[in-house]
Amino acid sequence: MEVESPVNNVMCQFADREGTPLGAPLYLPQTTAPQQLQQIVNKLLNNEEKLPYAFYISDQELVVPLEVYLQKNKVSVEKVLSIVYQPQAVFRIRPVNRCSATIAGHAEAVLSVAFSPDGRHLASGSGDTTVRLWDLNTQTPMFTCTGHKNWVLCIAWSPDGKHLVSGSKAGEIICWDPESGKPSGNPYVGHKKWITGISWEPLHLNAPCRRFVSASKDGDARIWDIMLRKCVICLSGHTLAITCVKWGGDGIIYTGSQDCTIKMWETSQGKLIRELKGHGHWVNSLALSTEYVLRTGAFDHTGKMYSSPEEMKKVALERYNKMKGNSPERLVSGSDDFTMFLWEPAVSKHPKTRMTGHQQLVNHVYFSPDGQWLASASFDKSVKLWNGVTGKFVAAFRGHVGPVYQISWSADSRLLLSGSKDSTLKVWDIRTQKLKQDLPGHADEVYAVDWSPDGEKVASGGKDRVLKLWMG
Amino acid sequence: MPQGDYIELHRKRHGYRLDHFERKRKKEAREVHKRSERAQKALGIKGKQIAKKNYAEKALMKKTLAMHEESTSRRKVDDQVHEGAVPAYLLDRENTARAKILSNAIKQKRKEKAGKWEVPLPKVRPVAEDEMFKVIRTGKRKTKQWKRMVTKVTFVGAGFTRKPPKYERFIRPSGLRFTKAHVTHPELKCTFNLEIIGVKKNPNGPMYSSLGVITKGTIIEVNVSELGLVTPAGKVVWGKYAQVTNNPENDGCINAVLLV
Repeated sequence: MEVESPVNNVMCQFADREGTPLGAPLYLPQTTAPQQLQQIVNKLLNNEEKLPYAFYISDQELVVPLEVYLQKNKVSVEKVLSIVYQPQAVFRIRPVNRCSATIAGHAEAVLSVAFSPDGRHLASGSGDTTVRLWDLNTQTPMFTCTGHKNWVLCIAWSPDGKHLVSGSKAGEIICWDPESGKPSGNPYVGHKKWITGISWEPLHLNAPCRRFVSASKDGDARIWDIMLRKCVICLSGHTLAITCVKWGGDGIIYTGSQDCTIKMWETSQGKLIRELKGHGHWVNSLALSTEYVLRTGAFDHTGKMYSSPEEMKKVALERYNKMKGNSPERLVSGSDDFTMFLWEPAVSKHPKTRMTGHQQLVNHVYFSPDGQWLASASFDKSVKLWNGVTGKFVAAFRGHVGPVYQISWSADSRLLLSGSKDSTLKVWDIRTQKLKQDLPGHADEVYAVDWSPDGEKVASGGKDRVLKLWMG
Repeated sequence: MPQGDYIELHRKRHGYRLDHFERKRKKEAREVHKRSERAQKALGIKGKQIAKKNYAEKALMKKTLAMHEESTSRRKVDDQVHEGAVPAYLLDRENTARAKILSNAIKQKRKEKAGKWEVPLPKVRPVAEDEMFKVIRTGKRKTKQWKRMVTKVTFVGAGFTRKPPKYERFIRPSGLRFTKAHVTHPELKCTFNLEIIGVKKNPNGPMYSSLGVITKGTIIEVNVSELGLVTPAGKVVWGKYAQVTNNPENDGCINAVLLV
């Protein structure tokens, strides 16, 4: 810095989102714009290739030169200005804006849709007791998988994309082979009531994928092994129905239940590790900060394929560690008591933050793929956006005229999709915090939405029995 | 010392009589026979009382037996696939408002234009003018006959202001004004008390429509916002048409069928 520079300077301190400072405080000229800040951060971090960053000063994004910001917000130039930098995705996902296909086929409401982790397959479960696999290239039905005795409530792809499991209202689980559309063996029976959630073991802990956990209305969670074809461990302890189950990246299973508690289980023997209490009513939904990377496993936006499971495991572990950084895994729980809690379950059994603001129950919570944001869908017709690290309220997205059922993030964390009872889907822009795109077209309630991991497509299904594919 | 206690004391000191338990058993065994004899012989009110008591005892016993039976017998599992599938997150939510929520798929039928004016009551009895209006004589000598009073039910909008009474040609009596109608949804077979927004068409003529006269067969517009209907574009439906099915002037209420 030249001493006789005509422009005014301001002392700035860069910090990452956890608050760890980067280098010493710097004197920066006030004319510095975000582009220059980006260069400085890239230099300070010794990045080989230049990465895009977004900058935040006291939780507000900096889009103008420092000078303008200082004047507008009347910030003292004598204090050290703390600038938080957030890495952005190097790729950009186009917002979806049109319906590319409406595929009929299901004879009852579509209850769940899911893209495979590599984004090349699509599966849907329906009230007509079938699971269907769809051909994404021709946008036609590929396989109809029959075998369930009742409504197919949930489906889940293994993180390596080689298996698909589905759970039904009758309590049985079937594992399907997505290449042939045939069940691989008999149904897994054991649950006495319907299945509420399925979660696979993360790929970086075990490759190829063998184990998954299922939660049921009867209050038990069961770990199944698809090689041994049986239930390995039964996790019982909840006094009421389990509503949500997640298999964390550290090899811990989290279950949220209608008995208002969240329980943490160890997976080798099925021991209860910890119980998280705090909610005053049912726990509806859980989300992990690393959930997206656990779901997609080794696959990223580049669409690279891997030949061996070992290679996949290595890449998955790499991606997981990069995503997690050096902070512990965060868990958020949405409840019927209209609030959410942010936990750091590995650190303490007390919640980090209580997030209030919704006026109706919170039905779905979801961390953005980079873990920076947290979105919640509520029956009060709004979607709210929260800071994923601190749990501070950021914005409310209003626009739906019915309860919001499900949300889904785009892989670059810049867009959020919500499906509602009012028969529309809406795409929200995180940066401007506004409605980006309204997607009407469904004739009735939208029960399930999913944004494919490669960002090309969005699939949605609902009570009008059709599956819709949306494109950018 | 009370009388009964002596026997206790005696038993404590000397034990029971040797034949005590045999006597007791025999007495108990004879008791049923005695009761049956009494039941068979008793006449009049006594007989009735005994019969009633025995009946109650028997009914209770049967009920208890049935109850125990149920716990052991295996019940058939309800494993049929029901209509109206809902996702797992809605399964435990009691849907109290279900009757209120109208399926949008039903509403799609409205798109079929052909059926749009196929109303539930296609033909109505024409109402003559002298039935609809009562002539009111005005003027000092009551010779002028240009003023009319509507004898049927009317709907008067909230923003209506009267003309000066001197120039008011049609009087719509406030006792016959209505703001709400009982509207039945034909597919759902449930009825809602909805606010009237306006009179769309009175089959007897455009003049009656503009006056807001409601007779049998009139198409009225009602406020359905509380039903939670949504258009395919995701907007809340506000007004919908309904046809009046009764004679409101006779019944004192308006019944109507929603046109879907």
